[in-house]
Amino acid sequence: MAEELDRVDVVVVGTGWAGGVVSAELAKAGKDVVALEKGEEKVRSDYIGVKDELRFDNRYDIMQNLRGDTVTSRNEVDETALPIRSPQTMQIGIDTGGASVHWAGATYRYWPYEFEMRSQTIDRYGEDKIPEDMNLQDWGITYEEMEPYYEQWEYMAGIAGEQDPLAPERNQPWPNPPMMETPSLRLFKEAASNLGLHPYQLAAGNMTENYENPDGEVLNTCMYCSYCTRHGCDFDAKSDPIATVIKTANRHDNFELRHKANVRRVLYDEDENMATGVLYVDENTGLEYEQPADVVVLAAFAFANNRLLMLSGIGEQYDPETREGTLGRNFNGQYNHAFHGATGYFEDEQFNLYMGAGALGATLSDYAADNFDHSDLDFLGGGAIELRQYGFAAITSSNNVPGDTPNWGREYKDASLHYAYRTLTIWYTSNAMSYWHNYVDLDPNYTDEYGDPLLRVTYKFGDNERNIAEFGIERCTEIMEEMGADTVESGSVPDEFNHVYSGGHYTGGVVMGDDPETSVVNSYLQMWDVDNLFVVGGSAFPQHGGHHPTPTIGALAYRAAEGIQMYMDEEEGQLVQAKNRRNIT
Amino acid sequence: MADEEKKFSRRDFLKTSGVAAGGIVGGAMFGGVVGSLYTSDQETDTADQETDTESSLTHGAPLDDARTYFSRREDFETLAAATEVIYPEDDNGPGAIELGVPYFIDRQCNEFWGRNAREYMMGPYDYTASSTHGYQAKITRAEMLLNGVRRLREVSQEDHDDEFYDLDEDTQIGILEDFEAGDVEVPGAAGGDFFSLLRTMTIQGVYADPVYGGNRDYGGWRMIQFPGPRMGWINEIESEEFQEIEPEGLRTYQGGGM
Ligand SMILES: Cc1cc2nc3c(=O)[nH]c(=O)nc-3n(C[C@H](O)[C@H](O)[C@H](O)COP(=O)(O)OP(=O)(O)OC[C@H]3O[C@@H](n4cnc5c(N)ncnc54)[C@H](O)[C@@H]3O)c2cc1C
Ligand code: SF4
Repeated sequence: MAEELDRVDVVVVGTGWAGGVVSAELAKAGKDVVALEKGEEKVRSDYIGVKDELRFDNRYDIMQNLRGDTVTSRNEVDETALPIRSPQTMQIGIDTGGASVHWAGATYRYWPYEFEMRSQTIDRYGEDKIPEDMNLQDWGITYEEMEPYYEQWEYMAGIAGEQDPLAPERNQPWPNPPMMETPSLRLFKEAASNLGLHPYQLAAGNMTENYENPDGEVLNTCMYCSYCTRHGCDFDAKSDPIATVIKTANRHDNFELRHKANVRRVLYDEDENMATGVLYVDENTGLEYEQPADVVVLAAFAFANNRLLMLSGIGEQYDPETREGTLGRNFNGQYNHAFHGATGYFEDEQFNLYMGAGALGATLSDYAADNFDHSDLDFLGGGAIELRQYGFAAITSSNNVPGDTPNWGREYKDASLHYAYRTLTIWYTSNAMSYWHNYVDLDPNYTDEYGDPLLRVTYKFGDNERNIAEFGIERCTEIMEEMGADTVESGSVPDEFNHVYSGGHYTGGVVMGDDPETSVVNSYLQMWDVDNLFVVGGSAFPQHGGHHPTPTIGALAYRAAEGIQMYMDEEEGQLVQAKNRRNIT
Repeated sequence: MADEEKKFSRRDFLKTSGVAAGGIVGGAMFGGVVGSLYTSDQETDTADQETDTESSLTHGAPLDDARTYFSRREDFETLAAATEVIYPEDDNGPGAIELGVPYFIDRQCNEFWGRNAREYMMGPYDYTASSTHGYQAKITRAEMLLNGVRRLREVSQEDHDDEFYDLDEDTQIGILEDFEAGDVEVPGAAGGDFFSLLRTMTIQGVYADPVYGGNRDYGGWRMIQFPGPRMGWINEIESEEFQEIEPEGLRTYQGGGM
């Protein structure tokens, strides 16, 4: 029998950017907050002195151990899904700060068009432009409404950047100046400019100066050490929840963070339509606890947000056959296919590519969102074209051989030693759409270590994904040729989604909107029908924007925190009037 | 002092194992290709080896090599020979054996990676069900390597009447190509999976930090011109010139000690 603990105002599940922001804001507002984190406690010194490629880039030390649970995956609605067994192909954040600690820091806002993608597409191109199988939806919030929350997150996180020449003028400049320009980035920018495009320095969660954020947390200047993405930072120089929001929350006595607290259920009172708390297992002892709370916040990443609702019997499971139900509907993700582009091999130039930082890069928005005319194109949306300089260690760099080279033996060895630091890749980080046939539900065959069903992803590409990839590959190839590479290799459009869940850009399933018929949460990420349950994170994206997701997750977390306070202090009940209020019995 | 003790016992081991004393015992014990790490070019190489070992001693990181996963010597010899074909010694520098890759792989087999301790390992299993779902085997990576190595030996005996490690390089290449293409069945592994695992772990052994037992004396890093971890490159990163810097590893980065 689970032990029942003392009631608190708010219980937050997860400590990444989503849970961290909500925890900090509510702790600051004086609420009694308990945050529950499935993984271990991690502090800065866990990341000091451990710059080790094998451990973090090849053994995924910082990712979730899949022994206890994973996700199953299939392409077609009538297939049997298989579990994704190895962290090589399933990378989920864990421990204090979650994936938000080992993120790379590439920072973008989504475009005004992307928040109103359905209505603006219809306005510009007519309803026929939207393919029939696509569940294209507005977010129930506009860019103008999002702007202050973006700004709040960017200032908290100390993002370093410069104005994108094609983006809406910012209210405030970025809090830190842009990162340094390296020879390879300069080459990209010059080539792009020659082609009439508008390159600029990628905005980064890597500090370019010592920075004190509005909460008083101090971040240090990035050293360009290169052990950044998939690693935690030695120096408090990459913005992450450990250095910022979790630290801020911890300054308040009314905040408590419990680690190794694996939440298994949201406790739910069906008669009242209210969440009453959560049930969790202490992973040190195996003992179960009930944590009662006035408000429950799920911020456990897209997979667990969906799964916890399903396991708890909250919400209406989407069924692709009837197309009814909203929970699990519009699952989407910016899978690696979106990152195809072109690779260039330079015979006479050797770049210092072992130096770098997670978000050191150059980018351009000429082919993002609806910044270019889609009248004659066979897809919607767009994305950024990026050249990144992460800093590549030896194992990764040893893969840089032109396509016709064997990948072992004498010829391989010779070529890989030659090309290791003479190879540049640019890619297109495009939109990923939602379709009626893509969704998540509970798997009928595979369970976690407690016997609960795993989450099952059903996902295949739509035409939009293949067509946009092809377009991106062509544009990237043009730029790489202009950059003067001796050999240019274009990426190839993948046939089908290959069940590789690396990169962490999976979203949807608990999507936001203004209509409960097609969304699960309102624009404060408050669940329709369950007033005291907020589901925060990329799970709210109706489709994936053409950029990395995290700043939008952070901004939405600030919005949700504001909503939770309004709900607690001012107006119990729904914070937003639903468009098509359905009758709940 | 603990440090002194460690140094002493390491020297002691070298003496008794015979490695430092000219590779005679080494050759006899290990035989074939692995022994050739110590015996090729006889005296000179052995002398180099000794100084290298000495320098890693003063470096403070004693590292003994012995099989702790592959029990049968012939299996290990086969593994070693296969890694050397995948990453051969050439004009650029050392190959997999000299870099310690076979022992790196042996150690990894006993580690969480080889034991699949961080994998979801609940059934039902069907390693033939899909070629796009990543790892689906019931066996662990260590078991897959062992099964594959045994098959390498069997195929060599069947087709060439000899152990894999005694065949010439072209024949070895031909056999490995068959494994790569998935033409040879390895129990519990889908077509090509054993070879791809072997290939990946070989390359990782060449280029991972020497603390894992491969990349001996930073030989892999030196060849590929990777300097290893540093505090940062803020002063160099804007440079137009490629910076060739003598490698240092995790131990130096952590400041050694203990
Ligand atoms: C290698 C990599 C690089 C990336 N780089 C970028 C980038 O450059 N730019 C960008 O925008 N995005 C990037 N991302 C994506 C980014 O990491 C995520 O979008 C972001 O971290 C999501 O934040 P979150 O708070 O929603 O989830 P997380 O940070 O993952 O936090 C979720 C937390 O919930 C916990 N949790 C889960 N289930 C339970 C449970 N049942 N009980 C208790 N706790 C639970 C987890 O342990 C975890 O700590 C990257 C991702 C990866 C993997
Ligand atoms: S590159 Fe910069 S931000 Fe990233 S880990 Fe190194 S010092 Fe930290």
